Amino acid sequence: MTEQTKLREFTKGIFEYNPMFVLVLGICPSLAVTTSVKNGLAMGGAATFVLVCSNLIISILRAYIPREIRIPCFIVVIAAFVTMVELLMKAYLPPELNASLGIFIPLIVVNCIIMYRAESFAYKNKPLASVLDGAGLGLGWTLSLCLISSIRELLGEGTLFGLKISETYQPASVMIMAPGAFIVLGLLLGFFNWRKLRKSEKSMKEFMKHD
Amino acid sequence: MIKEIALIIVSVVFVNNFVLSKFLGLCPFLGVSQKTSSAVGMGAAVTFVMTLSSAITWIVYNYVLLPGDVNIIAKVFPSIRELGLIDVLKTISYILVIATLVQFVEMMLRKMVPTLYESLGIYLPLITTNCAVLGVALLNTTDSPTQLGFLQATVQGFGAGIGFTIAMLLMSGIRERLALVNIPQPLRGVPIAFICTGLMALAFFGFSGMVQ
Repeated sequence: MTEQTKLREFTKGIFEYNPMFVLVLGICPSLAVTTSVKNGLAMGGAATFVLVCSNLIISILRAYIPREIRIPCFIVVIAAFVTMVELLMKAYLPPELNASLGIFIPLIVVNCIIMYRAESFAYKNKPLASVLDGAGLGLGWTLSLCLISSIRELLGEGTLFGLKISETYQPASVMIMAPGAFIVLGLLLGFFNWRKLRKSEKSMKEFMKHD
Repeated sequence: MIKEIALIIVSVVFVNNFVLSKFLGLCPFLGVSQKTSSAVGMGAAVTFVMTLSSAITWIVYNYVLLPGDVNIIAKVFPSIRELGLIDVLKTISYILVIATLVQFVEMMLRKMVPTLYESLGIYLPLITTNCAVLGVALLNTTDSPTQLGFLQATVQGFGAGIGFTIAMLLMSGIRERLALVNIPQPLRGVPIAFICTGLMALAFFGFSGMVQ
């Protein structure tokens, strides 16, 4: 594998295959935990760890997993790493952070992104490529979590990373509650769609000019 | 007793609706809510699996995972009585229970009610990775302020399924109308569905404080 393909395996997860804004996968935890940037980062880190490790193990074992029972096998591998990450977070992170992530750490087991990468990439590719793929998608997901959570924290609490931004701003607390989460994600998805449409329109115009 | 059960149902269907206030089960909520008929089918299948899995995971939690004298495994391996298996095996055992149950329901329906099986067909295997099912099992056994009894846990699972079905039905009605409306190009499809869900969540917000 050349340097360039390695880099591509890694970077495709950040833009081209961004799990949140392009694939629209794994939205349940991404809306529930993005009330503050700190929560978003912790969740993204945990999911990235599980994604990288499960991709590695599944791609090592891919010759030994029969096709018919691959899904239960994936689930057991993923659940093992989720249990590890749960215990690690309980041991090393502050209790209030753990409390605010709540059941969404064990729920990484049923996160569609991890299952999707196991099924469509790790089960068919070599270990190194699978690790890079997992790391790239995990990073892409973490970055999108940070984007959503910074918008929600800024509008809903008037803070960023717990620091107050403006003295006069009246926080709109609906943004850190359920309705705000849906509306922010809907508008962000709309924004990325708009950019994509504009880009394709531009290239269309270029094409016409050359013609 | 009846009052308590009614409270659980109202709370989990309206006040803490799984989709609209707890963000659980969003993938099938968006994926299957394009038509009312498929929304009803998916809702029914999810309710069924949720009720059964709440009951079974409650039994697993209390008699297999928790430390103590009632632990079944401790009868064979006495060293487990002190610690239990709660830390290491909870997630794995729950997801295995749910996966087995979904497989079992699929086989049973195919044998006994072939017409229903035909109409649910593709949605059944998807339920395993529906985070609302695992979510209700986890909430039943951990996150509640007081330990729920067997009946309460089962009722909570049933109510959560009903709440999920209601949210899906409302959403599918909205989306059937949305297909006929002129929406700005970038917002078509999933983005507008999210914004509608946000407005629905805002409406459901009116129920908050109804049950303490």
